[in-house]
Amino acid sequence: MYQTTYHRASSVDEAASLFAKGKEAKYLAGGHTLIPVMKQRLAAPSDVIDLARIKELVGIEASADTLTIKAATAHSDVATSDAVKKAIPALAHLASQIGDPAVRYRGTIGGSLANNDPAADYPAAVLATGATIKTNKRSIAADDFFKGLFTTALEDGEIITAVLFPVTAKAGYAKFPHPASRFALTGVFVARTKSGDVRVAATGASQNGVMRVAALEQALKANWSAAAIDGVNISANGLLNDIHGSSDYRANLIKVMAQRAVVAAG
Amino acid sequence: MSTVKLTVNGKAVSVDVEDRTLLVNLLRDHLNLTGTHVGCDTSQCGACVVHIDGRAVKSCTVLAGQADGCNVTTIEGIATGDELHPMQAAFRDNHGLQCGFCTPGMIMSAIDIVKRYGGQLDEATVRHELEGNICRCTGYHNIVKAVLDAAGRMKVAQAAE
Repeated sequence: MYQTTYHRASSVDEAASLFAKGKEAKYLAGGHTLIPVMKQRLAAPSDVIDLARIKELVGIEASADTLTIKAATAHSDVATSDAVKKAIPALAHLASQIGDPAVRYRGTIGGSLANNDPAADYPAAVLATGATIKTNKRSIAADDFFKGLFTTALEDGEIITAVLFPVTAKAGYAKFPHPASRFALTGVFVARTKSGDVRVAATGASQNGVMRVAALEQALKANWSAAAIDGVNISANGLLNDIHGSSDYRANLIKVMAQRAVVAAG
Repeated sequence: MSTVKLTVNGKAVSVDVEDRTLLVNLLRDHLNLTGTHVGCDTSQCGACVVHIDGRAVKSCTVLAGQADGCNVTTIEGIATGDELHPMQAAFRDNHGLQCGFCTPGMIMSAIDIVKRYGGQLDEATVRHELEGNICRCTGYHNIVKAVLDAAGRMKVAQAAE
């Protein structure tokens, strides 16, 4: 790892001002992507600004219609939260499937979304539920947030402060994990909103990162059941094609994972 | 350079380190607590697992500065004098190790698992929960046996308290 200067911010404003002062600063939350990348010398930030201890960034709040997860909340806390299990149980399940237990103690929802790894789990839930990403500057709709591999709508220095999930009528998540990394070879989140709309998002599958799957949304809107997906044709166009799986294989996984997710959603 | 102040195995320590220092290096190189191992150095193998404020984490993926003000427990800190921690005793009794390289991390993760699940542990759960700890010798069989054995011993110990 190259030399860097570590700062621990005690407020979002302080973090933003430290970032502005740094030559090439990076925010650090759980650090389970940034630190490995720094160790490989693929990133060399002049300053690392730790967000994890900022009190206003940690916690979970639920109202009848909205589940708010603050950005520096760890995966383990989402997975075990009674409020999450009650409002959107699929989200607690998703968090329990990320990495391994030690990773879940450190990794955060805000860090995962800001990084937007094409095989990360949280982007699927955020996109499928139509969540809103709150930052220190504005609110961004999920449909406008994800911009391709490791790319988001966040501006330089912008900090995610919370994710607002609309409480769903039904939701389910199923993933086929890569056996070594446990990242999603393909993961699918299905959600039915309280107004009856259906949204489906797949992670790990597309060359452009997380994506909505219109064909599955239409089929499930007409008939919310695993059987409704049987006849749907998923195109392999634009899907990842690598040593872990061909694009045809991933196209089929989208279908199979969607069916499992619908069954899990009930 | 920064001064990192933390509590390690119940003892307050203050160490001057470069900001890029990882917690595992602080423990091994500055405090000579070499029981915590560096295996893969890529957050996968779990040989470096220690407890930070009671949570089992990979110390090769935590900057020393992130642990400032925290309570860290390493494999050196779990026995009571000459008396092994029930998890250590169970690993010995069940032959839960061969070369021993992964053992400190296994034991620190396993204690965390037992704490989270209490008496609700079964073999499948232990195998699943240990997926962040890699052992290349044992095939895991005796490790799982040791964790289940220790879960029973720790439950008995808790009940006696």
